[in-house]
Amino acid sequence: MSETAFPAFASQRRLPNLFDLVAVACIVAVLIYVATVARGTFAPLDAPEATAISLDPVNLPGYAVRTTLRMFAALVASLLFTLTYATWAAKSRRAGLILIPILDILQSVPILGFLTFTVVFFMSLFPGRVLGAELAAIFAIFTSQAWNMAFSLYQSLKTLPSDLDEAARAFRLSAWQRFWRLEVPFAMPGLIWNTMMSMSGGWFFVVASEAITVGDTTFKLPGIGSYVALALEQRDVAAVFYAIAAMLIVILLYDQLLFRPLVAWSSKFRFELTASDTAEDPWMLKLLRRTRLLRAVSSAFGRSFNAFGGLRLALRRGRSRTARRPPSKLGDAIFLALLAVAVAAALYEIYVFAAEALTLADLVEAFELGLITLLRVVVLIVLATVIWVPIGVWLGLRPTWGRRVQPLAQFLAAFPANLFFPIFVLLIVRFHGNSDIWLTPLMILGTQWYILFNVIAGASAFPGDLQEAARNLRVGGWLWWRRVILPGIFPYYVTGAITASGGSWNAAIVSEVASWGDTKLTAHGLGAYIADATANGNTAQVVLGVVVMSGFVIAFNRALWRPLYGFATRRLTLG
Amino acid sequence: MDQTLAAEALLAVRKVRQSYHKDSSSDLLVLDDVELELRPGEIVGLLGRSGSGKSTLLRIIAGLLTPTAGEVTWRGRAVDGPTPGVAMVFQSFALFPWLTVSENVELGLEAQGVAKAEREERAEGAIDLIGLGGYESAYPKELSGGMRQRVGLARALVVHPDLLLMDEPFSALDVLTAETLRTDLIDLWSDGKLPIKSMLMVTHNIEEAVLMCDRILVFSSNPGRVASELRVPFPHPRNRMAPAFRQMVDDIYAIMTRRAVAPKAAAPAAPSMSMQLHPVSTNLLAGLMETLAAPPYNGRADLPALAASLQLELDDLLPMGDALQLLGFGALEEGDLRLADKGRAFVEAGTDDRKAMFAGALRSSVPLAAQIRHVLDERPAHRAAAVRFRDELEDTMSPDYADETLRAVISWGRYAELYQYDEEADQFFLDEAE
Repeated sequence: MSETAFPAFASQRRLPNLFDLVAVACIVAVLIYVATVARGTFAPLDAPEATAISLDPVNLPGYAVRTTLRMFAALVASLLFTLTYATWAAKSRRAGLILIPILDILQSVPILGFLTFTVVFFMSLFPGRVLGAELAAIFAIFTSQAWNMAFSLYQSLKTLPSDLDEAARAFRLSAWQRFWRLEVPFAMPGLIWNTMMSMSGGWFFVVASEAITVGDTTFKLPGIGSYVALALEQRDVAAVFYAIAAMLIVILLYDQLLFRPLVAWSSKFRFELTASDTAEDPWMLKLLRRTRLLRAVSSAFGRSFNAFGGLRLALRRGRSRTARRPPSKLGDAIFLALLAVAVAAALYEIYVFAAEALTLADLVEAFELGLITLLRVVVLIVLATVIWVPIGVWLGLRPTWGRRVQPLAQFLAAFPANLFFPIFVLLIVRFHGNSDIWLTPLMILGTQWYILFNVIAGASAFPGDLQEAARNLRVGGWLWWRRVILPGIFPYYVTGAITASGGSWNAAIVSEVASWGDTKLTAHGLGAYIADATANGNTAQVVLGVVVMSGFVIAFNRALWRPLYGFATRRLTLG
Repeated sequence: MDQTLAAEALLAVRKVRQSYHKDSSSDLLVLDDVELELRPGEIVGLLGRSGSGKSTLLRIIAGLLTPTAGEVTWRGRAVDGPTPGVAMVFQSFALFPWLTVSENVELGLEAQGVAKAEREERAEGAIDLIGLGGYESAYPKELSGGMRQRVGLARALVVHPDLLLMDEPFSALDVLTAETLRTDLIDLWSDGKLPIKSMLMVTHNIEEAVLMCDRILVFSSNPGRVASELRVPFPHPRNRMAPAFRQMVDDIYAIMTRRAVAPKAAAPAAPSMSMQLHPVSTNLLAGLMETLAAPPYNGRADLPALAASLQLELDDLLPMGDALQLLGFGALEEGDLRLADKGRAFVEAGTDDRKAMFAGALRSSVPLAAQIRHVLDERPAHRAAAVRFRDELEDTMSPDYADETLRAVISWGRYAELYQYDEEADQFFLDEAE
């Protein structure tokens, strides 16, 4: 089962270095800047009431299309960002020094917390028009997709096989040809896989970003997300189920028409010269390959793309490389000086902002709430592990079952879990549950599937001879788990758990506060803190909450996941 | 050298030095003062052991690397990047797995901006010439190793280069496939069917060099220098079994083993800390000594014959011989490998005695191993980070070689139970129980 790619990390290092701090300062300053602009332009805006949502299920197909289009708009933006940003970071040593830590930290910023400001920011760019809110929604999805795609491309560019690199240079490919003939194809499997994972995550954000309340103003973009939001307001249980059904169909189509064909197609770019056993092509890909009309269309598309990639565009002729050229000291000095100025400006802005609006008590409160949310995440990951690892192993070791369940798990991972929140809320209200406890599972509702399908992938990739050896030695019971299967699936498990825990942090913002009509449920935690501050229009607290949460995510990743991941790849990767 | 011939040289390499740059200490030389001229109509072989810098030289000639000093001229003009008249064939084939055979072959033409119709025609011609007709639409992963290297050859030939560079082109292939490909290539060359003027190939296979080349430059290692230059007088096709052919192979073995011995002869008593070692498995060493002790060798083997019967390449066999010589178990002499008395004793000993003998040999002949043990003995905790030894080695050799040397010392020390190594912590330690 090769359908699992390891997550893209910029580096294996754990301790923050100077450039991490630079990156943090720059990002926080930009966030504050955007927030300030947003606040300044907030008052004169009118809510675009033109886009009233109706709960009539007849409108749902139209809403579904609008939601899907938003996804694809964001996807195009993410691809453009990936191809430029990652390439720049990989090709320029100096740019890479700062671009990569920035990416690393952006990946950990819970962007939902900042939705308020991006909405108002984009609204101020297009005053009085829906386009602003549309762009804000697309931007939110973009931020959920772009970072790991860029990482994936960056990593591929940094690990080009040296013989292919030499062949490309020896045959004097231009920079443009090299990019499309060598670099992009080599990066393709990882890029496609990460794009698909991004899309899966994106459904969650598209649903969350269509209906946004800032202060007294509510923006509702026509789409499934705002449909659900309206259903919540009007306590319409049937409408919630209609929305879930519509989303199921959308994701099913996306899965069958795009996800599977693309992943199968991208295996052609896998860098291996041995023919591996290939799974059967998905029906959509077969259709494309075997239907005359579709084949003609796709091959015409392929030909023109080939010609496009074959253009001899280059800024300069290929040169031989000096074995180790010491980098220009002067250039470095200028670069670092410019960077220092930028950081000083950023720190100043942060200081001015923080001094005027925040006290130390605010920071302590946010930190304590962060600890509560951290506890939730840890408990959930442990619970999900205890439940899904044995099930995943059981399924993965039985190929027929594994093959049947694997697509289902991937499908569930793509399904926006926030559509199910109303059902939970309804149950909690009905049975007067403690919201501190019962709102918690919502955080992992959508992301637990990453653990399941990675474990299934790991177990089904577990070598048959090792299984036979274990059986021959009559290794059984707990010893079998401890010595045989758990180490074997560990790298896969870590991959899934990283994704699950990252998603849970993000989900905290929408899952620690829930409402059903006038009833509002709140759990204590950093997510609720951010959500409340957003609803009250308290910019300073939102910034603080987002920064503290990013800090928690980064610390959690560096202290736990990266060492585990490093250990897994060093010691437990087979072959 | 003949002046008229020199004037026609396609390629001239003058006083080329390549050093691995290290900030702290003096530069580490990979290539030292290499001179080479290449004239139309000849096949020249660069023969040497790994670490002799021959592949580096090939990359300098291809314009992929800039030498630290000296210059390379192509038709009288200095080379400062990949040159149009030079094409290269890679050891690993370097085929793009996402391109079909014909797309791979067309790649170089595409880079030159050749129109699509002409590209396809020329690619078709090159593919047919090299015997791959019918495979145009296959992807590399569908082909066998030999087929893949044929694609590599077609891709290089299709751009009609004047000079074809080959970097150990047959060493990744099995014996039979490699032989077929060699003879096919030589046949095409002899019949004048190849659109090239000259070939330069890197190899560590002596027979291959004698079979294919008109001129052989034998490289010595550390730093890489041209140790000697030989002309191969035989016409193609050559017969491997001909006595003159065998004699030449024998002679080259002798040259190469002599060079390996030379530095030791200069300073026999002081093997230094900075000695470069190859991580040869102790199992292989034991096996080799047992083979040497038994008939038909009875303690002394002719290297070509030994290599043939064990199906080992020169690059596998010589490091083993070096290791035996270093540890005092054997000696390399004029193309022969002789088992020393210590080696014979080792063969007759049981497992524990063997380990003890190996430990003794390590302590007396490998200063690095002796020092590691010494440091561990002195420390109360009996642990020492490997980093410090690696750093020390890197003062005098490249990181790759330092790594190899350290791996050799780790593996030999483990076998001899001289010390243990903890990979996770990258530390040497002594087992407390002992």
